[in-house]
Amino acid sequence: MVTLQYRSETGELLNESAGRLFASVPDRDIRAAQLGEWPEACWQQVAEAGFPLAFVREEAGGFGVDPAEAIDLLRVAGYHAAPVPLAETMLANRLLTEAGFEAAQGAATIAPVTGASTFANERQRLGWRIHGRAAGVPWARHAGTIVALVEHDGRPWVVRLDRKHADVTQDVSLAGLPADAIALDIELSGDDVRPAPSHWTCEALKAAGAALRVVEMAGALERVLEMTVTYANERVQFGKPIGKQQAVQQLLATLAGQVAACGGAAAIAGAAFDALDILAIAAAKVRAGEAVSTAAPIAHQVHGAIGFTEEHRLHFFTRRLWAWRDEFGSERHWSTILGRQAIAVGAEGLWPFVTSFGAPQEAR
Amino acid sequence: MTYFTFPNAPLLPEAEKLRGEVRTFLAEELRNVPAHVRAASWSGFDANFSRRMGERGWIGMTWPKRYGGHEQSSLERYVVLEEMLAAGAPVAAHWIADRQSGPLLLRFGTEEQRREVLPKIAAGELFCCIGMSEPDSGSDLAAVRTRAEPVEGGFRVNGTKLWTTYGHRAHYMLLFCRTSGGPADRHKGTSQLLVDLTLPGITIRPIADLSGAKHFNEVVFENVFVPASALIGEEGNGWHQVTSELAYERSGPERFLSSFVLFAELIRVLQRNPSEQATVAVGRLISHFVVLRQLSRGVAWLLQNGENPALEAAVVKDLGALVEQEMPDVVRSLVEIEPDAEHAKELIRTLHYIVLAAPSFSLRGGTREILRGIIARGLGLR
Repeated sequence: MVTLQYRSETGELLNESAGRLFASVPDRDIRAAQLGEWPEACWQQVAEAGFPLAFVREEAGGFGVDPAEAIDLLRVAGYHAAPVPLAETMLANRLLTEAGFEAAQGAATIAPVTGASTFANERQRLGWRIHGRAAGVPWARHAGTIVALVEHDGRPWVVRLDRKHADVTQDVSLAGLPADAIALDIELSGDDVRPAPSHWTCEALKAAGAALRVVEMAGALERVLEMTVTYANERVQFGKPIGKQQAVQQLLATLAGQVAACGGAAAIAGAAFDALDILAIAAAKVRAGEAVSTAAPIAHQVHGAIGFTEEHRLHFFTRRLWAWRDEFGSERHWSTILGRQAIAVGAEGLWPFVTSFGAPQEAR
Repeated sequence: MTYFTFPNAPLLPEAEKLRGEVRTFLAEELRNVPAHVRAASWSGFDANFSRRMGERGWIGMTWPKRYGGHEQSSLERYVVLEEMLAAGAPVAAHWIADRQSGPLLLRFGTEEQRREVLPKIAAGELFCCIGMSEPDSGSDLAAVRTRAEPVEGGFRVNGTKLWTTYGHRAHYMLLFCRTSGGPADRHKGTSQLLVDLTLPGITIRPIADLSGAKHFNEVVFENVFVPASALIGEEGNGWHQVTSELAYERSGPERFLSSFVLFAELIRVLQRNPSEQATVAVGRLISHFVVLRQLSRGVAWLLQNGENPALEAAVVKDLGALVEQEMPDVVRSLVEIEPDAEHAKELIRTLHYIVLAAPSFSLRGGTREILRGIIARGLGLR
């Protein structure tokens, strides 16, 4: 078996330390987070390791790891069902630093994350008035900073908000993790509102979030496959491990195929993150979502009743997977965008369109 | 725990340059070929086309120059393959030799076999067929009965091969057979022979498939004398050799592009007035092709690096056949299939071809169930 070579030593170190850190998080902390508790100890370790700065450019205080490598941290986090807003904080810090802010102190999140949520900016004599609502903002109640993207005068602006200024209504995602509604109506000085690079539209923010979710999904699915194969080899019925039954083997092979597909999607999403190649991320998110829809039911089928209990760990992963396939745009959202483009290029353009994925972006 | 690895294959500028040349060539070659003919893809046989491919240097691309090859990378070869398939070029004549017979001879063949056969394959002048399946040996390849009895100066071959694609147009068969023991010995005592199909005692009878098309055959060997020089590799090492041949057979883009011409025709019809449902369905298919291509290029990269990606190839083939076979129903769910649908006539002819070809997509090159068994073994379940 070949092992993938990471391109840099720093990337490899990050990955290894994330593996050690998240593997040591006890189940009770994962459960506690799903009951609304803030896993302070785990977050402290994450912050000390510097993971929240993984997407920050070197000149802005990051480690200078290629984002396509740094994103792999999230595969590790997904593999361990890490109960912290790492993806959200990494993305928030990316957005902040791209707009010339410093990275956030502590945990941060981003908004809006749904199609229906928007904020409006109005220039005031001494600054800005920001108002609006956003639903499903991941981890908002625990984030010190909320980074909002607002389109104003035909261009995107990054707004740095202290969470205390937002009216937070608690809600939870399908994974049981915080996904709160926030409402805002505040005046901010010009220091907290800065123009974003022009390609950071709200749709691009959604795509960036989708790319991160795809990589998390790939990690969680790898774990689901491993747990399910292990269980099938251990669970004895009719005098032999159920994994010896051909019917079960065929199911597990199907599960493995979907895990491979999601891994491929994660590679595409990872490569597309830095330049925010929206169509490539769209393809990755659609395929990853479908992989979950096939894979998670197989994992539960093979685990039988025990996998349907709260006591068993399987749901740490499957509940996250079911939540993530919807977050930052479901298959429906992204396949509409992809499909529109594919139909527009026409029969003759279809194959060149397919091969433009993975090619340098200007080729599309 | 990592069960399989699909590396990120790099983008080679020379491969992308080559892509442009292949597209120009195909645009000219296929200018007047309708979609329902192109839909045959790698089942379409055209010896003249294969010769022109050979002239361009697009057969045996990765082989050493001393055997007529071109010493290019597996990613450059991949570009040629995927462009041919997506366009529906008639590549069947040289396909099997380029994909598996040539590489097998390179790896296990004698110097004489390589010098005699490989340059002609690369020129697009010599075609091979696969001699694996038999009446009583399909998925269970080790149940092979065809026997090559060692005799003075060679072997005397008796037996029957079945489902031999383009056996009636091929010059050589790579025959998997038993040289000692019986079916109970399973993998032991098997060998491979490079058989000249003009030898006396060989009868080739075409078998029509369910559409009426004749591409596969029954090949009967009756006391056929095959010289000792035809032995590929070592006598008794046939099982090891044939399984490595199967890895080549399963690894390529032909395992997910068989219905691509139909997809393009669907787009042509949808373009007039795409519904929301159609847009979502097309987007979903794009996501499948993009990811399959990512994985399949990864397999090509593993081959380039001298790895044996048998497990990865099985995964891609299993996923790919699902998409290939699903395509007709996607089309049917989006377009009314009626005999008087004027704007969709070519789409419907193409659809009809694919509906009749589709059952083979999860049979040829290893059935879905066999592939999943291989994957299960890779997971440590058997």
